[in-house]
Amino acid sequence: MKLAYWMYAGPAHIGTLRIASSFKNVHAIMHAPLGDDYFNVMRSMLERERDFTPVTASIVDRNVLARGSQEKVVDNIVRKDSEEHPDLIVLTPTCTSSILQEDLENFVQRASLDAKGDVMLADVNHYRVNELQAADRTLQQIVQFYIEKARKQGTLPEGKTEKPSVNIIGLTTLGFHNIHDNRELRTLMANLGIEVNMVMPDGASVHQIKDMGRAWFNLVPYREVGPATAEYLNTELGMPCVDIAPMGIVDTARCIRAIQAVLNQQGAEVDYEAFIDEQTRFVSQAAWFSRSIDCQNLTGKKAVVFGDNTHAAAITRVLAREMGIHVVLAGTYCQYDADWFKDQVSEYCDEVLISDDNGAIGDRIAQLEPAAIFGTQMERHVGKRLDIPCGVIAAPIHIQNFPVGYRPFMGYEGANQIVDLVYNSFTLGMEDHLLEIFGGHDTKDVITKTMSADADLGWSHDGLAELQKIPGFVRGKVKRNTEKFARDQGIDQITAEVLYAAKEAVGA
Amino acid sequence: MTLAQTQPQALEFDCDTGNYHTFCPISCVAWLYQKIEDSFFLVIGTKTCGYFLQNAMGVMIFAEPRYAMAELEEADISAQLNDYEELKRLCEGIKRDRNPSVIVWIGTCTTEIIKMDLEGLAPKLEQEIGIPIVVARANGLDYAFTQGEDTVLAAMAHRCPTADQVTSAEEKAERNSIQKLLSFGRKKEDVAAEESEYHDHPPLVLFGSVPDPIVTQITLELKKQGIRVDGWLPAKRYTELPVIDEGYYVAGINPFLSRTATTLMRRRKCKLIGAPFPIGPDGTRAWVEKICSVFGIEPQGLEEREAKIWESVEDYLEIIRGKSVYFMGDNLLEISLARFLTRCGMTVQEIGIPYMDKRYQAAELALLEKTCNEMGAPLPKITEKPDNYNQLQRIQELCPDLVITGMAHANPLEARGISTKWSVEFTFAQIHGFTNARDILELVTRPLRRNDSLKDLGWEKLVKEEAKV
Ligand code: SF4
Repeated sequence: MKLAYWMYAGPAHIGTLRIASSFKNVHAIMHAPLGDDYFNVMRSMLERERDFTPVTASIVDRNVLARGSQEKVVDNIVRKDSEEHPDLIVLTPTCTSSILQEDLENFVQRASLDAKGDVMLADVNHYRVNELQAADRTLQQIVQFYIEKARKQGTLPEGKTEKPSVNIIGLTTLGFHNIHDNRELRTLMANLGIEVNMVMPDGASVHQIKDMGRAWFNLVPYREVGPATAEYLNTELGMPCVDIAPMGIVDTARCIRAIQAVLNQQGAEVDYEAFIDEQTRFVSQAAWFSRSIDCQNLTGKKAVVFGDNTHAAAITRVLAREMGIHVVLAGTYCQYDADWFKDQVSEYCDEVLISDDNGAIGDRIAQLEPAAIFGTQMERHVGKRLDIPCGVIAAPIHIQNFPVGYRPFMGYEGANQIVDLVYNSFTLGMEDHLLEIFGGHDTKDVITKTMSADADLGWSHDGLAELQKIPGFVRGKVKRNTEKFARDQGIDQITAEVLYAAKEAVGA
Repeated sequence: MTLAQTQPQALEFDCDTGNYHTFCPISCVAWLYQKIEDSFFLVIGTKTCGYFLQNAMGVMIFAEPRYAMAELEEADISAQLNDYEELKRLCEGIKRDRNPSVIVWIGTCTTEIIKMDLEGLAPKLEQEIGIPIVVARANGLDYAFTQGEDTVLAAMAHRCPTADQVTSAEEKAERNSIQKLLSFGRKKEDVAAEESEYHDHPPLVLFGSVPDPIVTQITLELKKQGIRVDGWLPAKRYTELPVIDEGYYVAGINPFLSRTATTLMRRRKCKLIGAPFPIGPDGTRAWVEKICSVFGIEPQGLEEREAKIWESVEDYLEIIRGKSVYFMGDNLLEISLARFLTRCGMTVQEIGIPYMDKRYQAAELALLEKTCNEMGAPLPKITEKPDNYNQLQRIQELCPDLVITGMAHANPLEARGISTKWSVEFTFAQIHGFTNARDILELVTRPLRRNDSLKDLGWEKLVKEEAKV
């Protein structure tokens, strides 16, 4: 038993449901007690879905406990099949079914006899895998199911598309900014002259799966969902895969170069260098930002990064490599894939933290006192408590992380978005700079308050004149700091000299 | 009326497949830990339960909640680990960090299935660590949403002391906190004088968790009739649980508390006052009247009080009068709300409800029937254990002006041009008593007022195909 307040990755069935509900016309039936269909609420609320979430439950209640599900699961599958004619019904086990040990596979087989659509059992065990692993596995399972089916029926198409083409694998419902990444990646592919054969699974139909092999390669932008499918397609159909997340300017270029290599191996003869150069230097603002004075002011500032593998690794590299920010700690909650993470970030940060214990992460942040945090909603709340700004870069997320406006994290527009996020998260540049000069970090104090508590301190004429030169929004702070300094030093008349001595003392 | 006389209409009850959406009953920790200030709720379950709580409670859990998961791992399931030792380790931690006056264990589906003997383990551990441990099995196998509170309160009912157990004066004062609350800051003589204003009636304890302002309002409402509330289950603190002796009278404030009622009657030998629930001015009046009648008291000024409330909400009534409403059913407040809305002039097309205790809700059902007849409204069908799919078909046919439903269906229905109100809000809003009638109507009319502000824009339906459910 483990005492837990917060969890980063959800239970396995959430992963399966995310995959099933990403497809068009796929229905998931959970084998679960009443109340476990909370997924529908999340999808309907967070994604602000207009359609009914294609997830229902075959309810496990007292009767089921006593006598087994018997016909119930089969009936529910057949009923859903006739009501909505889904192409595929995915029977989804939950923590409850994991311990009931009913022969769900058998139910699926029996239901397939009567159902017009396909039926399958998601191969996920609540106690062995989490949401992300389950999503990866379920997607692979569905793809495998339809590739094998097509092969048996002899409908697996031969050959590749005429022009270079790609399958983008791993975009799902409830994924962090997946909707926007989807659009950005399509734009990027279009700019590279690559046809998008299909995006899988978001918005795809299972009938398309058999045509996956027509693409020249697979692009797997996220580390968490998609690799298993890409690997399967590689073994089965010999499809190469590019699995570099195009996040940040450098990694986007790396990703494009990897695509170039994969296409050229197949005789495409493409050269993307000019495109990369043009985008990097003139279209995207991110490279220019890194040269600008704003970013210079961020040099060496301390940041902590925490999230899923994809985002935490990419953001760590963007901060360290592209903005000169000092990443004191980079961490992930994807414990099952920790080696990959360490490998990705080790040279870009002081310390790597692999944990899914929110308390441990909060404590470490408190000890490190970074100037900004880039994490999940949980780190945002740690930040609130510690008065450290936080930019949210990964799930778990709230409704405000499902913006209506266009906010990709990937590609060149994604790089722009990351710049804004990072820059806004640190205390605003020039303001911070000035505060730095006059020795204070606290911008929350009331600035209009000009009278100090102690009346025995006097300001000389030149002292006041000097004070007036300081920009209004930090003047109050400087005044208080100087007065404090004067009091400590036993000075009762503050001159310009004292003001600057105070500044030096704080700066020292 | 002629028709009604020849063929007395009766409410029609139906029971469907039980394929409907609702919250898991463990959600009750969200409001109960806030209500019982010195408690700590430990939910003994899986990641599924934790994920639900974390997401359902939204921002609340950032505020250092006094609740946590005891997350069961594979070794717990296969009994490689000793349940007792594990729970002891966790509860000792909780005692060290939070020092609560009570730890409530919430049993879940998993503890049911693996038959973890929480009721057996609790007394032993209670002895050992010196903190009361109350066990409530609020799981999704047996209960829906608000019934979670019922299981907790039923368990708490066992912990209410009897008069002989409360001997010290200090404790007596503590257990009588409601009176303290009302006489706060006043002179002893005044309080004593006031005591005499109460009728001489047997002790009355109310049950149901409501926010503190409602406790005050309801207590004062009864005080106007000279009725003294001797205690409330639950109280603000576990250490203030009311004295309950044999022969005490009890009355429920919420429609989902049938187990608590049964426990109080059977185990604590209390007398249950079966009344409609004090939701809406009509319900509140009927509730107060019933209590008065049980104690042989002539109610004072209730009729005027009710009329005044109706008058004050006329602006809202104008909006909903003549409109139809459909309850999909997920929180057991449905009968009372339907009765209130019928009185407001709405037509109720269907009342979905997770579970219908016809005995505990008897008076409420009778009032619903009476209200329908008096308002000339057709008697709605009551669907127990509804089937959401079938309901959505019916909703499409009926096109109700308002559907009261869970969040899973709200946005999709809105996209199809059907106005909805999210049902869960009724459980968190203050809806009891005369004072809060306006709050209920504020909720009910909100989608209709929104419609009014956006009318003429021409984009009610925002899906392409005809509504597919
Ligand atoms: S239905 Fe059961 S398993 Fe699901 S959250 Fe509720 S108690 Fe946990």
